Amino acid sequence: MKYIIEYRNKDLSHKIANRINDLLKGYKGKISLMEVCGTHTHSIFHSGIMSLLSKEIEHLSGPGCPVCVTPNKYIDTAIAYSRLGDTIITTFGDMIKVPGSTSSLEKEKASGGTVRIIYSPLESLEIAKNNPGKKIVFLGVGFETTAPLVASTILSAAEENISNFFVLSGHKLIPPAMTALLESKEIKIDGFICPGHVSAIIGEKPYFPIVENFGIPCVIIGFEPIDLLEGIEMLIKQITVKKKPSVENQYKRVVRREGNEKALALIDKVFDVKDSPWRGLGLLSKSGLSIKKAYTKFDAEKNIECEIEKTKEHPECLCGEVLCGTKRPYDCTLFAKTCSPENPVGPCMVSSEGTCSAYYKFKK
Amino acid sequence: MKKKNIKNKKILLSHGSGGVAMSTLIKEMMIDKFDNPVLNKLTDSAGLPPSGNKQLCFTTDSYVINPVFFPGGDIGSLAVNGTVNDLSVMGAKPLYISCSLIIEEGLDMDILDKITTSMEKASKKANVQIVTGDTKVVEKGNADKIFINTAGIGILQKNIVLSKNNIQIGDKILINGEIGAHGLAVMSERENFKTNIKSDCSPLWDLIETMLSAGGIKFMRDPTRGGVATVLCEIAEQSGFGIQIKEETLPIHDNVSSFSEILGLDPLYIANEGKVVAVVAKDKASSILINMQKHPLGKESSIIGEISEENMRRVVLETIIGGKRIIDRLVGDQLPRIC
Repeated sequence: MKYIIEYRNKDLSHKIANRINDLLKGYKGKISLMEVCGTHTHSIFHSGIMSLLSKEIEHLSGPGCPVCVTPNKYIDTAIAYSRLGDTIITTFGDMIKVPGSTSSLEKEKASGGTVRIIYSPLESLEIAKNNPGKKIVFLGVGFETTAPLVASTILSAAEENISNFFVLSGHKLIPPAMTALLESKEIKIDGFICPGHVSAIIGEKPYFPIVENFGIPCVIIGFEPIDLLEGIEMLIKQITVKKKPSVENQYKRVVRREGNEKALALIDKVFDVKDSPWRGLGLLSKSGLSIKKAYTKFDAEKNIECEIEKTKEHPECLCGEVLCGTKRPYDCTLFAKTCSPENPVGPCMVSSEGTCSAYYKFKK
Repeated sequence: MKKKNIKNKKILLSHGSGGVAMSTLIKEMMIDKFDNPVLNKLTDSAGLPPSGNKQLCFTTDSYVINPVFFPGGDIGSLAVNGTVNDLSVMGAKPLYISCSLIIEEGLDMDILDKITTSMEKASKKANVQIVTGDTKVVEKGNADKIFINTAGIGILQKNIVLSKNNIQIGDKILINGEIGAHGLAVMSERENFKTNIKSDCSPLWDLIETMLSAGGIKFMRDPTRGGVATVLCEIAEQSGFGIQIKEETLPIHDNVSSFSEILGLDPLYIANEGKVVAVVAKDKASSILINMQKHPLGKESSIIGEISEENMRRVVLETIIGGKRIIDRLVGDQLPRIC
């Protein structure tokens, strides 16, 4: 087993797709499935699986791209830090092109700001040790998947007594966003394609309230074409057979029922759950992570002062609506005109996980 | 001419990454100004007007790579092979190249020695002579170790005219082997990842000469920056035809595919330094393929797709599972994803 090629089998894909299409015979109306993970958005387009499935299945992308749900104010804060002169911003690559109110980290870098792309938050500690006169600010953006890594980086920094490393925490939690979407009642969602990576950390339990309170089937699904097709089949079965909806786990080879307890403990040790602002969804209760008091000395916001510009949003950008699934990229007047991956107006056009970028790249 | 909007704009790294940003920059800042029939063809090397019964090809390229040594090559071998290959894909036999160095103050003499020795070896292997050069040293911090520029001259082979204008519906698209290795080898060396991926950096003339001898080659390009995807998009846009490729026929090694999977990169967009993409006549495709596979640099050659009348000006990839997706030009650098 190589765990890649086996999950990209053509015959099996077609077999499952046919079974799904058979299930839909006799079912009236459209079925909307929403994924809340940018990697799912990307995989679904990348593998072209929707072209195998009945047009009655609509695929909606939810707020699952970490860069996209990060509000302008966070980006503006990062930009303000990069202008201080004694700072080095460390970040995952996705962030540097995201436009803030008037600039982006990419532009700041060209104007002399120090911004380094890293692959693991731990690299920031090396940079901190090698640059004792500088303040290293890591942009902590991401969901339950990245938070444990950042937590363990903060713990290492504490252990090694590193005093010039800071985190600007913009971490967010996925289940509260799913609940918020359902509560808003603005869109019809018949089933959730639950995120594979996030679920590997949080397990199955956090989805129970969604099923119980809203009656929406939740299936945790992997990222290969066979995973996605098998998971969609599980969802369609639940929807068409109309038995009591439940949480199912297609991605058992990675996701355990109880999640990753070690990672959850790390999050719990370093972060507090707090209300957090999401692009498109607004301030959601208990949906973000802030650094605990015991680790305040690593909290960028508490330790580094800077002047943040007044937040400005592009009046025509529909990223917020696209993230909630209420609008499609095509509905935006800027899409593929003023806004392209080359000149992104909103964050959904930047990240390869962003809905607008995926539409632009694969479907244009 | 469209008015340039350059007020308050600066050069970004994405202006150099082989994507849309770079082509716009080149067009606005150079082509529109230098404007002449040789340049305007925008080929990998310029076919100069014939003198007597010989036609020369001329090309130039600068090499700025961090790190200067990487598995499978170094900036020296790259500077020779890159220029040799730009001539070769035009159907020109590379003969002479230049070597112009911009060196950062403080560079270890030992490093320079290794690099020029590597250039010597690469030029012998490629059967070209380095016949002229220039050396400049700049203050520490004003260059990153060493930058190399090479220019090259080659002679266009008789009766060979490679051009996108030759392309027809039904033509096949061939590549001489596995893709994505060079970009990832450099990246793993730079970022200290432990992989066994080696750059494919090598001179292509010998292979291309074999390919040309069979006839039927219509157009060639080396998929360096921007990868195979960018070359295919250019062919589709400029020929006006559609291109269909099959994911299952793309030669990608397991180590490249796993590594790019982890980083969220697409091997189709990753740079190669020893690959040629060729558009060939349908009836010649299998004989050319067999010839290629006999050559040491073409063992894993494969027919990856064809020119089609569907989806004009677009590249459509049939995925392994039989789904379809459009392959678009790379915009800016490929950036690793968050999760």
